[in-house]
Amino acid sequence: MGRIEDTLAERRAVEGHPKALVTYLCCGDPDEIGSVDLAVACAEEGADILELGMPFSDPTADGPAIARASERALAKGGGLDATLRVARAVRARCATPIVLFGYYNPLFVRGEESVVAMAADAGVDAFLVVDLPIDESLPLREFAFKRGLGVVPLVAPTSRPARVTLIKEVAKTFPIPFVYYVSMMGVTGGAGSVAVLAEAGRQAAEVRSVTGLPTVVGFGIDSPEAAKIAGVGADGVVVGSAIVRKIEANSDADVTLAAVRQLVRGLRGAL
Amino acid sequence: MNTSCLGTGRFGPYGGRYVSETLIHALDELIDAVEHIVSTPAFDAQLKSLLTHYVGRPTPLTEAARLARAIDPRGQALGRLFLKREDLCHTGAHKINNALGQILLATKMGKTRIIAETGAGQHGVATATACALFGLPCEVYMGEEDIQRQAPNVGRMRLLGARVIPVQSGARTLKDAMNEALRDWVTNVATTHYCIGSAAGPHPYPELVARFQSVIGEESRAQMIERTGALPDAAIACVGGGSNAIGMFRGFLQDDRVRLIGVEAAGCGVSSGKHAATLTAGRVGVLHGSKSYVLCDDQGQIREAHSISAGLDYPGVGPEHAWLKDSKRAYYMSATDEEALAAASLVSRTEGIIPALETSHPFAKLATIATDLATSLERPATLLLCLSGRGDKDLETLLRELT
Repeated sequence: MGRIEDTLAERRAVEGHPKALVTYLCCGDPDEIGSVDLAVACAEEGADILELGMPFSDPTADGPAIARASERALAKGGGLDATLRVARAVRARCATPIVLFGYYNPLFVRGEESVVAMAADAGVDAFLVVDLPIDESLPLREFAFKRGLGVVPLVAPTSRPARVTLIKEVAKTFPIPFVYYVSMMGVTGGAGSVAVLAEAGRQAAEVRSVTGLPTVVGFGIDSPEAAKIAGVGADGVVVGSAIVRKIEANSDADVTLAAVRQLVRGLRGAL
Repeated sequence: MNTSCLGTGRFGPYGGRYVSETLIHALDELIDAVEHIVSTPAFDAQLKSLLTHYVGRPTPLTEAARLARAIDPRGQALGRLFLKREDLCHTGAHKINNALGQILLATKMGKTRIIAETGAGQHGVATATACALFGLPCEVYMGEEDIQRQAPNVGRMRLLGARVIPVQSGARTLKDAMNEALRDWVTNVATTHYCIGSAAGPHPYPELVARFQSVIGEESRAQMIERTGALPDAAIACVGGGSNAIGMFRGFLQDDRVRLIGVEAAGCGVSSGKHAATLTAGRVGVLHGSKSYVLCDDQGQIREAHSISAGLDYPGVGPEHAWLKDSKRAYYMSATDEEALAAASLVSRTEGIIPALETSHPFAKLATIATDLATSLERPATLLLCLSGRGDKDLETLLRELT
């Protein structure tokens, strides 16, 4: 987790306070090697944190783009083991922090303690489990903490102040690398309006001031313009579906890499 | 830390709220509504009135003597058999008990739009019916596979003014319909109530649904005492997500001598891998917001279930059933597609009642259950079975098998 904290602190220390860029891709889409190359390319183009998505059979928090990517990855044998293989290969090629992003059942079924051990071994820095709200996350946090990993909590527009305070309380026992602010109601892959994204940035600043933790904004950020708007109040932004769509749209590996590089470069420039 | 959102909503280790943070506030609101609206005498009176004058409760308790003799001609194992006639509820199944309760609650919570998932279509029809009665817009998510095999119910929902939204992902059955309904809810949670039909989902749904369905067990218990002067030796129901079973079981939880038995769908046979026997052959996991038994592989990916009965074709089960199984208060077994079809035919011909394919599963296990019980009781057993729904929706499947 130190790696994430250091990265975000470095960003803040830079003149003009450029925002952190967090990129998501679904491991195993188009295939494991492709995911490794794409993640490394994102890092090379300026991504500060890599979210490596673990495909799941029932991605209820995801919209069509990531749900389809998940289906494609599963059809090729994707899942927890394959995602950890991708993480290990990415770690061998770059030092960019890695967040393992997914749903709870694969972690629960394998056993949280052993998943934490495998993830730590593969060079993962933190977990983000979309269907594991902070109330249910304490066992995972404890195992992760013992291995020096963090668990990223989410805050949504519907979260009441008590939920944000709870994050602050939990962070006293189990250090939290950053908070993920969900910009809008709904699933991943929507296009956030200017008003929604600007408000999300303001809310992220509020979360940050309550918790004292870096806060990034995700959901609905699909372009450099959107990233710039949401990034105003936040410590960073997350881009997922926009990257996944580039992967879906191109069947040639080199063309896909070039398209993703261009997108990430544009996002980096805007932040 | 706030205890109202930490460590609540559990049946033993099962249950909980494994959902996106976006939904937590809506679940908090619903918990609050269960405590402050559902628990009031005024709400209870209003719901009772609807159940009496609209649904037709109490439903009858029918003694099935000819069926009992067909199963056990000499009556040495199966003494008397009673059927709780939820098939005679308005809309043809027990699902209306819960749908009316939830829609009445939703109106009191100020929700203006209702969504639901459905497998066999009975919960969809019940929700569409309740929405028509209260004048609320209703959208029902239903897998394309189920739309094919339960066509009559699709037509009924449309007639009732509901919009049926076909779901094309996964196996295109109940699990996928529930995924899509959750995606809708997370997007429209401020205005929309998600009317879950099964005793599954995140807390407080399993408790809410069980409460609304417990009328089945309460009536049955009183009716058995009135008719036989005693409690039955076993109360039996089919289990998909488990709403009719939990409704029946709740009436007898305190009666230790009443054995509670749930019958799951074994599909092509549990060993074939093509089944929906989650409690019989599944493992502990998390699906659709709660910890319970699930069907999944070693990587934690949820497996597709299989059953001829759309209402049981689900790779999860309500968390209270998981706890009843582990604590051995209830027992669970399974019946195959073939056994269920044979039972449907037998019940139709001996009793003049065409049962739903879901309900046909426990019918198929009556001989086994009676033999087991009679052996330990050393007398013929008296059995109570929840006839959760009628088979009109399954005519096409039933007739195809007949020929």
